[in-house]
Amino acid sequence: MEFPDDLKYSREHEWVLVEGNVATVGISSFAEEQLGDVVFVELPTVGDTVAKDDAMGVIESVKAVSDVYAPLSGTVTEVNDDLPDNTELVNDDPYGDGWMVKIEIADLSELEDLMEPGEYQHFVAESDD
Amino acid sequence: MGLRHTPLFDVHRAAGARLVEFAGWEMPVQYQGILAEHAMVRERAGIFDVSHMGQVEVRGAGALAALQWVTANDVSRLADGFAQYSLLLTPGGGIVDDVIVYRLAAERYLVCVNASNRDGDLSFMREHMRAADVVDRSDEFALLAVQGPIATEIVGGLADTPLAGVPSFALVEAEIAGHRCIVARTGYTGEDGWEIYCPADAGAAVWAAVVDAGSGRGVGPAGLGARDTLRLEAALPLYGHELDCETSPLEARLGWVVSMDKGDFIARAALLAQKERGVSRKLVGIEVAVGAPPRQGYRLLRDGIATGEVTSGTRSPTLGKGIALGYVEPKSARLGTELAVEVRGREVPARVVPLPFYRRSG
Repeated sequence: MEFPDDLKYSREHEWVLVEGNVATVGISSFAEEQLGDVVFVELPTVGDTVAKDDAMGVIESVKAVSDVYAPLSGTVTEVNDDLPDNTELVNDDPYGDGWMVKIEIADLSELEDLMEPGEYQHFVAESDD
Repeated sequence: MGLRHTPLFDVHRAAGARLVEFAGWEMPVQYQGILAEHAMVRERAGIFDVSHMGQVEVRGAGALAALQWVTANDVSRLADGFAQYSLLLTPGGGIVDDVIVYRLAAERYLVCVNASNRDGDLSFMREHMRAADVVDRSDEFALLAVQGPIATEIVGGLADTPLAGVPSFALVEAEIAGHRCIVARTGYTGEDGWEIYCPADAGAAVWAAVVDAGSGRGVGPAGLGARDTLRLEAALPLYGHELDCETSPLEARLGWVVSMDKGDFIARAALLAQKERGVSRKLVGIEVAVGAPPRQGYRLLRDGIATGEVTSGTRSPTLGKGIALGYVEPKSARLGTELAVEVRGREVPARVVPLPFYRRSG
């Protein structure tokens, strides 16, 4: 499991890459491993407004159904259209081709609630016990 | 209460399997991943630890008559060394468990039962089979299932007895890795395959021998996750999902298991009455071509009105679409009926399709 240094992480195991006021969002390698083989992904629609901590999508593995939460409030500007037909990307490349949505951040102060990689690693170690 | 462990638990843990709780047991759900293991079994073979299942031996001069009384199938049709799928039934026609009955000898039968029902089955059998000795032998065995198109080559290569000519639902005694085992051509995946009953303390050695024999051929361990998707594609029911004490074999498409002409048995009157009256729901196969996979508990709708419920569902790894078993009102059970699965408040189009979803070729 790796948690890239340039990302921030939510308690619901989303990762966030911040570029200016746009956040790219996916799920962490911890979340992807916990779920197992992903077989279905439901993403929001471009233009949707999402609020921090609200369910904005669904990800299903062979055995489990799991919500994907918005780590930040904002407007969805782009979704990964390749994902629904290539759900294995979430497992194969969670921080790359497995990205899910881009959100135009409404309130940059919400970034303070996200965890740095080291902090997230600690958080994961505790929740994995 | 602590979780129970099979004789192979340490082997699974050492191999890095992901472990989960199942029916009070800590069991491997996957080794490399459910989809990879599923494909491995369909294309080559996989090795499962199913030692959590129970084995009850029924012995004595009254064994046959007692089994005829509590089970659905006709036990008198079994010759030595043969097995049949059957059901333990309540007087009301409900299903206590689905089981495999092996005839070891004229007055010795081995009944293989579900892990979740071990204790309940035993007390049920003791109550209703007083003319026979009912002996719990579950802890004596480790049970390995080797399933897939090349399973016979793998197991046959290890056994001191030729296996290729053994018919389906027959069993032989064979020595594997120096241990006497009962080797039965049965399984729960829709593939050809074997279930190996070996002494519990020999489980790890037999497992290692099978894993070793498979390792050069793309055959390895598989977990309960793949076992579930494999059995669902093959439309094999799972107790607690498709079957329970409130469900009759006539509702569950298991009428073929019930021998109405073998003489009286525990549920005969109830099932005859139900046959005359008709059932109020039927088990069907559901296919979802596009959209979220159907899951246990999701409602099935017809023209927007509830007509049933999914009992098992997943995305079929082999077919690449959603499949489910579920109960619907008889009027919705006809093949081709257009239904919808209610997924998170939305309707996903579905259709009643023939079962099984997957049938092996050849």
